[in-house]
Amino acid sequence: MNSSASFHLFGWRPSRGVARRPHSRLARSALGIVLAPLLLGGCAAHSVQPAAGSIAGSITVFAASSLKGAFATIGAQFEAAHPGVKVIFNFGPSSGLATQITQGAPVDVFAAASTKTMDSVIADGEVKAASTFAANSMEIATPAHPTRSVTSLADLAGAAIKVAICQQDVPCGAAALTLFSQNRIRVTPVTQELDVKAVLTKVQLGEVDAGIVYVTDVKAAKGAVIGIQIPAADNVTTTYPIAPITNSTNGSTAQAFVDYVLSDAGQNVLRAAGFLSP
Amino acid sequence: MSRRGRPITSPPRIVAIPAVIALLFLGLPIVGLLFRAPWSNLGAVLTSRTSLDALRLSLVTATAATMVAFVIGVPLAWMLARAQFPGRRLARALVTVPLVLPPVVGGIALLLAFGRRGIVGQYFESCCGVTLAFTAPGVVVAEAFVAMPFLIITVEGALRVLDARVEEAAATLGAGRLTIFRRVTLPLLAPALVAGGVLTFARALGEFGATITFAGNLPGVTQTLPLAVYVGLEGDPSEAVALSLILLAVSVGALVLLRDRWLRTGASA
Repeated sequence: MNSSASFHLFGWRPSRGVARRPHSRLARSALGIVLAPLLLGGCAAHSVQPAAGSIAGSITVFAASSLKGAFATIGAQFEAAHPGVKVIFNFGPSSGLATQITQGAPVDVFAAASTKTMDSVIADGEVKAASTFAANSMEIATPAHPTRSVTSLADLAGAAIKVAICQQDVPCGAAALTLFSQNRIRVTPVTQELDVKAVLTKVQLGEVDAGIVYVTDVKAAKGAVIGIQIPAADNVTTTYPIAPITNSTNGSTAQAFVDYVLSDAGQNVLRAAGFLSP
Repeated sequence: MSRRGRPITSPPRIVAIPAVIALLFLGLPIVGLLFRAPWSNLGAVLTSRTSLDALRLSLVTATAATMVAFVIGVPLAWMLARAQFPGRRLARALVTVPLVLPPVVGGIALLLAFGRRGIVGQYFESCCGVTLAFTAPGVVVAEAFVAMPFLIITVEGALRVLDARVEEAAATLGAGRLTIFRRVTLPLLAPALVAGGVLTFARALGEFGATITFAGNLPGVTQTLPLAVYVGLEGDPSEAVALSLILLAVSVGALVLLRDRWLRTGASA
């Protein structure tokens, strides 16, 4: 493509004398487009910070995928209790969130699905101390219209049964592996999904015959999957720690949110979602 | 106003500022990757079972996806460029859909079509016991879905600007359609085929969203390099960086190959 063709693209006809003007105008507007967001972004970074000790402004909460439903409710209640406060959630695999936090993600509260994950963040100095606020155990999720019958943990060892679990670095994946090993069953999963909600999706779509998820996930799916309970003696329990991030820019609100999760109101929401008391 | 020898078509100096910002923006992430790479234990990470499996699987599936694209994509490009048939415009639009579709959405769409409960996949399962999801062929399907449009569009574009008179001349000399395609059209298309093929291969190699959604993630079976990088990030970030280096090396290799080709065609045209 030659230069006259590119001029036509912008609707300019190249003619002597005027050819330079569109050039500089283009340069100026392009510069404006490039610099405007930089300048605006610079302003936003220094936006209103609440006075120390007050519960105001917005906080970002990184939470394990399995907490999605319960924390959305708790967040809404917390916002209602503190008008003007905004809680922004980022749900994902605990270990992935931990990596983001140690890489400096702007976050105020972290709630993980295992103490091991929280310990890695504590070891990195991002968190001083965490409180345990819930516990969860595992359940087998099967499709609402199963193609192959699965009725117990032992059935998962069948060669024809397609099983999905979380990948092993994620708490639900580690729990699934512990579950298999402590019950001495050999299961070859067809996939190790990135987080527990992805496992649930694969079950819901009927792509796998069974998935190892949390008890709370089956409950939250509201009939979209059929849960097969695992006897308490065979089951694995994972505990959920929560903590404000040490260098949060809104520490008082972060602490208030943690306190709310630990309060009776927060605990009631978690119980209703099927979480166990810590 | 004298420009002291600078041609009038060269941009005003102020354009250099955003241009440099753009260059830094594109370059710094790669510098970061190289800077933070765990050079001391790179060898150990790269020769680990997970890495080698992922690298092998990535190369095999990306190659297979490129081959699939050649076998069925090039004929489609040929039809789109040269044949008159009803719905040609619709077909051309359909080819561009995977380019603009978020790959995760592509993966879900693939599941709903070729998955176990999919509109076509359920018959694969019942008639022949074939399942694509969670298998290496499933990875190829996901990669081909996302990457094939690059080949089709490149080849179709080249076919449309090809001087048809050369082919007509061959026809007047008695060559049949297939002979013309094989002896005249194909050699003229070679640069576009190589460029499109390399683009397709590079895109297939980097495929993440459709693969993890459709084919899942199992080390040694469906865990390609991009998936291993993502999973590594959740466990051992330094492993993720090391694996990223392999992807970077292979992608840059493909790019160099492509650039060479482009330069050569540029000179001959």
